[in-house]
Amino acid sequence: MIYPDRATTVTLGCVLGGAAILAVLNQLTPAASAVHVPGFAVSLVGKYLCYAILALAIDLVWGYAGILTLGHAAFFALGGYAMGMYLMREIGARGVYGNPTLPDFMVFLGWKHLPWYWHGFSHFGFALTMVVLVPGVLAAVFGWFAFRSRVSGVYLSIITQALTYALMLAFFRNEMGFGGNNGMTDFKDILGVPLGRDSASVGLMLVTAVVLSAAFLLARAITGSRFGKVLVAVRDAEARTRFLGYRPESYKLTVWVISAMLAGLGGALYVPQVGIINPSEFAPANSIEAVIWVAVGGRGTLAGAILGAVLVNLGKTWLTSALPEIWLFAMGGLFILVTVFLPHGILGLFAARRSSTAPERESAAAESAAAETVAREVTG
Amino acid sequence: MSQPTLLYLDGITVSFDGFKALKGLSLVLEEGEMRAVIGPNGAGKTTMMDVITGKTKPDSGRAVFGVDTDLTRLDEPAIARLGIGRKFQQPTVFEPLSVRDNLLLALAGDRSPRFALAARETPVERGRIEEILLTIRLAPERYRRAGELSHGQKQWLEIGMLLAQEPKLLLVDEPAAGMTDAETADTAELLREINRSRSLVVVEHDMAFVRSLAARVTVLHEGAVLAEGSIDHVQNDPRVIEVYLGR
Repeated sequence: MIYPDRATTVTLGCVLGGAAILAVLNQLTPAASAVHVPGFAVSLVGKYLCYAILALAIDLVWGYAGILTLGHAAFFALGGYAMGMYLMREIGARGVYGNPTLPDFMVFLGWKHLPWYWHGFSHFGFALTMVVLVPGVLAAVFGWFAFRSRVSGVYLSIITQALTYALMLAFFRNEMGFGGNNGMTDFKDILGVPLGRDSASVGLMLVTAVVLSAAFLLARAITGSRFGKVLVAVRDAEARTRFLGYRPESYKLTVWVISAMLAGLGGALYVPQVGIINPSEFAPANSIEAVIWVAVGGRGTLAGAILGAVLVNLGKTWLTSALPEIWLFAMGGLFILVTVFLPHGILGLFAARRSSTAPERESAAAESAAAETVAREVTG
Repeated sequence: MSQPTLLYLDGITVSFDGFKALKGLSLVLEEGEMRAVIGPNGAGKTTMMDVITGKTKPDSGRAVFGVDTDLTRLDEPAIARLGIGRKFQQPTVFEPLSVRDNLLLALAGDRSPRFALAARETPVERGRIEEILLTIRLAPERYRRAGELSHGQKQWLEIGMLLAQEPKLLLVDEPAAGMTDAETADTAELLREINRSRSLVVVEHDMAFVRSLAARVTVLHEGAVLAEGSIDHVQNDPRVIEVYLGR
């Protein structure tokens, strides 16, 4: 059951309110005004919000089911490619080579026919279906094998890295038919609306804010349900849930697939706003970075994932232009600092201040630890 | 011997890397019976529980539940759904969840993700949870995080979770470990209460506790049954005294 609690209201207010204010400042103020927000800044925020959707997807599986995924950017990129294919078909005869059906890179490679898997992508509805279906099916197959054979912990993390790395290598190949190294770019319009103008940037950013809000509500509904409680139980005591008659693998698989679909949606919104999709989106480092956003904001809080994604990327945008050589060190340092000093992220800081049960909890833990020692002495 | 057989272990052998944890263990449990299983460390008590609950597959032997269900062919969730509940030696409750949510997840019912996504707590479930909270004496703690409970309270919560599963057979591993004398006495009473409607196998070290259960006792030694009978009978058995009680 969803209760309209404060965290939900604040999160939705920030996302939707912030997006609306940006839209107004861009559209209704003169370009010379001090409060005018230029179109590129709107797109930048739109990009952050896409990252926030990815972070939300990661928090669902990592924060609530304990699956430390280091390959979630793969699902994000697959959603992005599906959208990219639609945008390529939208170019039509306006490409450099003027071919009405074949995208430029295929003409360049000397291809005569559109590969079979490109059919249908000229329809927006079909592309949108693929945006969630392709990551969903891949996650279902991957998860079915991984969870059924009880692969977990660090081993699972390593396989997810391998998954995204393998996809990156595959998408680099020209023969795959996804533009190889260069990927897809030079998009002209989406649903007939020309890209690159301020109105399109604002529209896409607003749509992203709405999708992010919907994803947040969905994630809250999932984690607040009995399913969500079972997930937490699986995360903390998987063996115990089996003896209660639950099959942890089916719970993990369900949330894993939902999460992959959300990530795909984030990727699909990302591509028209940044104007390009290429295999570097599959880079293993991208997935790790996304996990850091969640850790910084606060794992297992949903709102923290959104906060972390936006804050870290704001910092990244600022640092990579002000002190580009520092960025990687800053990122690494941030992760270490958060892990050591803020294990519950930024949101954990507020939660700790609000509840005063923490010391009580500690004494209970000490008490049970002492009892265990006694028990061992008695029985051993 | 008028009651039908609930659990029948026949010549169970389990070995780990050459070490034989169970050597042809046989045991018959009647419906409604409470059985105490004792034995020194390494006698195979926990391995026996593992075989019954599907965690360990035996090398040979049969484990039959009810009329003709072969437990060795099933995995843990399937066996749990048959009606065999297990309480571990270390209390394992779901610490971040509230006491009543722990019970809610344990309540007998549909275990599929699809059901859990849409499930709403029903009045019947609410009533059942309150009933169990009273039985395990944790009603005042219903909204507390399970992680905040004392060691003894966690043991009780876990027993409550077992009850919520409505199993036919409860396997209870050292329920009194780490408890105060008062808690131990309460636990024995609770187990006797449960035994009015369900069968139990209780593994325990504490002889005073076993005596208070007033149950038939099976003594395990080196993976097989050494003696069986009333507590007085086994305590006077010279072989039992030699391997276990007299040390």
